[in-house]
Amino acid sequence: MSKTIEKNSGNTILSVSELNLHYGEAHALKGINLDMARNQVTAFIGPSGCGKSTLLRCFNRMNDLVESARIEGSIRFDGAEINEPNTDVISLRRRIGMVFQQSNPFPKSIYENIVYGLRIAGVNDKSTLDEVVERSLKSAAIWNEVKDRLHDSALGLSGGQAQRICIARAIAVNPEIILMDEPCSALDPISTLKIEELIEELKSKYTIVIVTHNMQQAARVSDVTAFFYLGELIEAGGTRKIFTNPDKKQTEDYITGRFG
Amino acid sequence: MKIFWKTGEPYVLATGSALAVILVMSLALIGTVMTNGLGYFWPDELVQFELKDGSAALGQITQREKNPITGEQRLQIKVANRDLLGQDFRWIDEKEIKSRSLPSKAVLIERREHGNFFGFLNGVTAEGVTLNTLPPEETLEQAMTIVSDKLSKTDQIRKEMSDLNNKAEHLRLKLLRLEYSGSTKSNIEIEESKESREKALSDFTELNDVFSNKLAEIGEITAQFTDVSGGTKDIALVDIVTVQYPNRMTFFEKCGAYIERIRELLLDDPRESNTEGGLFPAIFGTVMMVMLMSVFSLPFGVIAAIYLREYARDGVMTRMIRIAVNNLAGVPSIVYGVFGLGFFVYGIGGSIDNLFFPERLPTPTFGTGGILWSSLTLALLTVPVVIVATEESLASIPKGIREGSLALGATKFQTLTKNLLPMATPGIMTGLILSMARAAGEVAPLMIIGVVKLAPTLPFDANFPYFHMDRKFMHLGFHIYDVGFQSPNVEAAKPMVYVTTMLLLAIVIIASSSAIYFRNRMRGKYTTSTF
Repeated sequence: MSKTIEKNSGNTILSVSELNLHYGEAHALKGINLDMARNQVTAFIGPSGCGKSTLLRCFNRMNDLVESARIEGSIRFDGAEINEPNTDVISLRRRIGMVFQQSNPFPKSIYENIVYGLRIAGVNDKSTLDEVVERSLKSAAIWNEVKDRLHDSALGLSGGQAQRICIARAIAVNPEIILMDEPCSALDPISTLKIEELIEELKSKYTIVIVTHNMQQAARVSDVTAFFYLGELIEAGGTRKIFTNPDKKQTEDYITGRFG
Repeated sequence: MKIFWKTGEPYVLATGSALAVILVMSLALIGTVMTNGLGYFWPDELVQFELKDGSAALGQITQREKNPITGEQRLQIKVANRDLLGQDFRWIDEKEIKSRSLPSKAVLIERREHGNFFGFLNGVTAEGVTLNTLPPEETLEQAMTIVSDKLSKTDQIRKEMSDLNNKAEHLRLKLLRLEYSGSTKSNIEIEESKESREKALSDFTELNDVFSNKLAEIGEITAQFTDVSGGTKDIALVDIVTVQYPNRMTFFEKCGAYIERIRELLLDDPRESNTEGGLFPAIFGTVMMVMLMSVFSLPFGVIAAIYLREYARDGVMTRMIRIAVNNLAGVPSIVYGVFGLGFFVYGIGGSIDNLFFPERLPTPTFGTGGILWSSLTLALLTVPVVIVATEESLASIPKGIREGSLALGATKFQTLTKNLLPMATPGIMTGLILSMARAAGEVAPLMIIGVVKLAPTLPFDANFPYFHMDRKFMHLGFHIYDVGFQSPNVEAAKPMVYVTTMLLLAIVIIASSSAIYFRNRMRGKYTTSTF
């Protein structure tokens, strides 16, 4: 593990302050300040293009892949700054896992998909890998569906199953935070329900940050909700409060469906 | 009518017919090559013609057409007997023919020199004595086995001679090297080498005498033939390759002879300035050159494409390089040949000779065309194809795979080797298939950097170091050009051109289809899923 990222015992695990992000000329995130608590589900809501996914991708530095992105401000993970050139991105990404909008299983067997993160970290011991596969698939609530075909291609799974494989894959490396970028937007209602139940269970072990377009979903799964609009954080607070009695007019308008 | 145009049906028809035209043309090409090539080996009947002027002709009918001057039907007959008649073919007007027959005794002799002989067998003599205990056909058959036995006994001598020759050459080069080094203590060594070289040379001369005596002895056994006009001809049995009586062969015998000819074609060396015999050295040269080319172009192409697509920043420079690479594929191949000659052969090859083989100069070793330089030049010619194919297939991999891998803490390189490259393999294979097909058919650049009409040795043999990269080689494409357009006896060589073309096509098809087979197996493994 990197020296720059050290654990602290505080309740805040991720802390964003004065974060600005530009894509070339476009100002995508404007002075964001937000703290996220350990073992809680934080939901980011807002209309398309409001910067919620962009913010999510700042947490595990996926924006490094975008050449035109320029980030100012601070994101502290367990008290350590992650927006520094000497941050060990590899170990950061191992501690902050991510699940994407489109399920993206690798063209390998289910087993190899799950152990991918371990293999690239140099773990090749068969019994460890077997154990991790079972534990992760069980945590992702898909063990019973795939235990007889672990060595079949993961490409043969349905969308919902594939998405849970991707969650299992993220869990396998034992992260502290799981980032979910609209994990259910491409799924049918039953698969969505399963993922939502899963999120509920995972909360006890992991901190979850979820981006969603679906406000009912945010209301169902999250403890804290943050509302973004045009690159600005309009309002953040307890989910119940945001959905029943928001402070800001914009939030209320969005939640009640008057725009967005 | 207006509605008919509106439906869009005519456009479907137009696209369909364009495809049909292309198909028909390809089939016509393959059909022509196949019919002309495959028919070549069939032992046709020997027809005897009695002409109205009292003369006779014996031969195989090869063509029938209208005489452009008189308008009469005429036949083209392969009469062979080049040494007696001066040419292999003659035209006979149909109205000149009094009668035709198929004499069962007519014999077709395939000779090592002067093409075929058509005629009738009289008898066999050994050392001037006629052997006529049996009918002449059976005597000939027996004598043929005796001669081939005797010939195989001389193989041992031939091998010893070749070893001695190699040794003498080796010692000559060693002597030169010692002389160049100029050190005084090597004087003894020089003397020793000189002595053993003298010894080797005298042994060689001795063996050579024995060898030529034996050959002369075998050459004493001859068969006597009459041609159709009554002249006699003696042919030494060593000069005879096969004896056939096509007029009395059954269908199955003919099939047997046909298969035997195909075996000869695939496995034997060419004869008679390449117009007869086999194509083995050319097949071997073509295949080995293409394989060497793939070994060079595949890794370089893939690595270059990976850098361009995965690591290089997308800027003006990258875009210019990409355009340049795409355009490289369109440069005429002869330009590559000239470049290969200047850069590889004279530049690199010349330097290698100066550094490592100075004793052999002025005879060049690597400083002349050879299979290594040819395959390197062709690799250069085909590398753009591999680069473009690899880049395309890397670009077509969904973004999710890259992000998924990176988000799990993989480095860019791990993502590349564990995910991207396996997924891109089918595309890379497509590039390889295209480049192999292109390289197998390319002739122009090879003509100046290493292909020869007749290579005495293969680029791979049992002598250390087994792969002789400096050697010149034969190539099917060049063979077509050479046999078809540079041979003194074009009419006789024509079937060989078709056969060679057919083989070249076959090699390209076999190479491509095996690569396609592997690609499809991989593609099945890495198909990306959609919802």
